[in-house]
Amino acid sequence: MKRESRQKVRESLVSFPSLFWLSLFFIVPTLFVFAIALKPANPYGGIGSGWTWDNLRSLVNPNYLAVAWRTLWISVLSAAVCIVLATPIGYYLARVTARWKGFFLMLIIVPFWTNFLIRIFAWKVLLHPEGAIKKALAFSGLIGPQTSLLYNAGAVVLVTVYTFLPFTILPIYAAAEKFDFQLLEAARDLGAKRLQAFAKVFLPGIRRGLITAVLFVFIPALGSYVIPDIVGGPSGEMIGNKIAQRVFVDRNLPQASALSIVLILSVLAPLVTVLVLQRKRDKPESLL
Amino acid sequence: MRRSRFPFIVTMAVLFFFYLPIIILIVNSFNASRFESGWQGFSLMWYKRLFHEPEIWRAARNSLLIAAAATAVSLVIGTTAAIALHRFARSRLQRFHFGLVYTPLVVPEILMGISLLMLFVTAGVELGLFTIFLAHVTFCISFVAMTVLARLQDFDESIVEAAQDLGAGWWATTRRVLLPMLLPGLIAGGLLAFTLSIDDFVITFFVAGPGSTTLPIRVYSMIKYGSPPLINALSTILLVLTFTAVAASQRLSRSRH
Repeated sequence: MKRESRQKVRESLVSFPSLFWLSLFFIVPTLFVFAIALKPANPYGGIGSGWTWDNLRSLVNPNYLAVAWRTLWISVLSAAVCIVLATPIGYYLARVTARWKGFFLMLIIVPFWTNFLIRIFAWKVLLHPEGAIKKALAFSGLIGPQTSLLYNAGAVVLVTVYTFLPFTILPIYAAAEKFDFQLLEAARDLGAKRLQAFAKVFLPGIRRGLITAVLFVFIPALGSYVIPDIVGGPSGEMIGNKIAQRVFVDRNLPQASALSIVLILSVLAPLVTVLVLQRKRDKPESLL
Repeated sequence: MRRSRFPFIVTMAVLFFFYLPIIILIVNSFNASRFESGWQGFSLMWYKRLFHEPEIWRAARNSLLIAAAATAVSLVIGTTAAIALHRFARSRLQRFHFGLVYTPLVVPEILMGISLLMLFVTAGVELGLFTIFLAHVTFCISFVAMTVLARLQDFDESIVEAAQDLGAGWWATTRRVLLPMLLPGLIAGGLLAFTLSIDDFVITFFVAGPGSTTLPIRVYSMIKYGSPPLINALSTILLVLTFTAVAASQRLSRSRH
């Protein structure tokens, strides 16, 4: 008995620093966001007294709804493109000899040692009206001289894919590593076409990797702020931009909080869905 | 069975896609032209210009200062978290603890930035280097804890039991057995925390005050309002620095095995 209580004391002591820090700087601030969304703003950029539903009510406005819809489709499309590209790469990496595997993995990771802002900036330069891609495309006649590659939702999808693709390749590759490729041969022997075997045997076999990969793009893409800010322009704005505008442009913190709640809920939705689905399918095991 | 060449082609195309912007950026940093409109001859003028920008040096100093402090603190808190999660894995408290450590990893940065801003504004804390430090420790803890936890789960519990059987107390076991075995995990976690801190823009931007510019914030305002060739030069320098750092740390870890 005594031993057990000493064990308890030891446990609380070792857990205390992180529990304390994360409660104070993670849980409490999140609760503040919910509370401040119900407060009026004061004219000095601070938080007024009393309570109000106005911030939440003002979310139902065509401007915000358009931005929310765009945020959703940009994130879905980016995740889809990432999966389509990452799946054959994961497949290839899992089948190539160990030596080449290490080499290719290295090549995939190295560009992402550069700062996130600098990678986005590099795309801004490339897509610029005077940049290489624009010139090549205009020269080949694929686009007219007036078409802008920069400052639209397409540019946001492109740079989002660029930023998160490695994070989708790695989990898919990890799942493909564990996949038994003889199953594919068996499927072919039993008469499946190549694509059929791929879709009906390989894809279900790496299901977990695919789910993780989708979440790795979809969730950060929902909260994107810098990418649309630098390459998106007004027609590529996402929820993150609206939150930043409320904070930095008109200093309306309650309105920013209300928008953040929308973002929190939209991030939670896919996470909870996946958790529930996985719990149903297989024994409890860690998710990612 | 003949294999499809399709996966190989996609892999090559994507690698080209990954490297194209970075290579163009490096090449342009040596371009004498002010605009990115064509090659006007090799020049180091942008690098020279960079040395006369005191703002950049001040920002770099702030970034290093915050990264060093945030790494030290998050290393301690993250490691105690990992030890607790590992040792008392089955308890109810640790299940909550794991959720608390794990969640910051999946939350988009902007949400952490805005919620910390709300906390600081409500509590009346003046925004500046100190609030940036607090924010950086918060997101680094989770990364350190997960890195160290992975290392803990890998090693052989019987060594700890052997030490205890041979009469080592809790403190002696921790100091003489646990910490030395954890060292590679601590180094990896520390490096990760340092890089994340020095690279962070979004969270920092929300909790920074006037006069507390870090390097990424400086880079951001240069992207928004400054001259592109200067950023090219700065980016190239940062690239070379990260490459040497990572190459050095890899060589170090290789020679250890």
